[in-house]
Amino acid sequence: MKKQAVIYSVGFLYALLMASSFAANPMTSHKQQSSYELMTTENKAMQDDASLNPAMFWVGDGESLWQTKNGTNAKSCASCHGDVKKSMRGIATQFPKIMKGKLQTLEGQINQCREVRQGAPKLAYESKDLLALTALIALQSKGMPISVKETPANKDDLKQGQQFFNQRMGQLNLSCAQCHDERAGLKLGGSLIPQGHPNAYPIYRLEWQTLGSIQRRLRNCMSGVRAQQFEYGSSEMAQLELYLMWRARGMPLESPGVRP
Amino acid sequence: MSKTSRTSITMPAQAKKGAIIEIRAIAQHDMESGFRYTEGGKSIPREIIRVFTCSYNNTEIFKADFYPGIGANPLIIFTTIATESGMLEFKWVGDDGYEANNQARITVT
Repeated sequence: MKKQAVIYSVGFLYALLMASSFAANPMTSHKQQSSYELMTTENKAMQDDASLNPAMFWVGDGESLWQTKNGTNAKSCASCHGDVKKSMRGIATQFPKIMKGKLQTLEGQINQCREVRQGAPKLAYESKDLLALTALIALQSKGMPISVKETPANKDDLKQGQQFFNQRMGQLNLSCAQCHDERAGLKLGGSLIPQGHPNAYPIYRLEWQTLGSIQRRLRNCMSGVRAQQFEYGSSEMAQLELYLMWRARGMPLESPGVRP
Repeated sequence: MSKTSRTSITMPAQAKKGAIIEIRAIAQHDMESGFRYTEGGKSIPREIIRVFTCSYNNTEIFKADFYPGIGANPLIIFTTIATESGMLEFKWVGDDGYEANNQARITVT
């Protein structure tokens, strides 16, 4: 009798341990969660209500840029692509994407168009103009699911991106996965660790007081772990972005989002 | 030519006489505090909106002074009483010749 009781209690303890280890690791259940869910009601309202969302100013700027003739070819975006609401619908859900054999981010593709089609100089990363055009294009996919898939063409880049995600880096020797996979839902200091899905970019981040790209956000984390940051517009960035979009596949885009 | 920027007003287009209406006014502005420095260590000069005013059929009904502690793209939400049909005019004035104007019409029944 006594022996049986001991076995029961050991079993119970084991069950308890298992339960707590699952509770400590909510990502193991792998239900995708947008960091929108972690925001306060005020911040949620700010994102949802176009009259409160400051990112809509960039969308407005993007609309005028879309019509502006530029470069040596004196063409505007609209000269080729016409109405942005029709031609760019769903486009942002597919990027980063292999274009002519090269992995291209949405920002990269905008600059490619500027250089080759318009004959205009590239826009700098995080410049108001590039963010405005990105926000305008991303808005046309609002509510649509991220549709990045693994294909024979992007397979190698996706694998490299996954490796970057799991690779420890910097003086703190941390990988993206250690926080955003293994410890998502737990706390870092006072704030909840989000799963790190790129489903609302470009975002109006209150901390930045401005709109910013996914690459700015990634560089933030990299400096946080005291690592050498990937360069803006680099292939490493594009590969990591591709993996993140693939990881968030199926999630609806919220662009342009608001984050604290 | 003075500088300006985008602004946006959200308020009801119609209201009953005597009703309290909510007005939201947001302006696109960096609100550069004057306390920041460039990567090279040079101070970035202050450039903020200084005053916001709202007038209802040419009578000033709301005024706010802005300070460097106010964040970028400031949003002001305030209320007023719908007294008569007419025009509400909004004006933001700031450093370096910044000025932005917007207006909205209201029908009071």
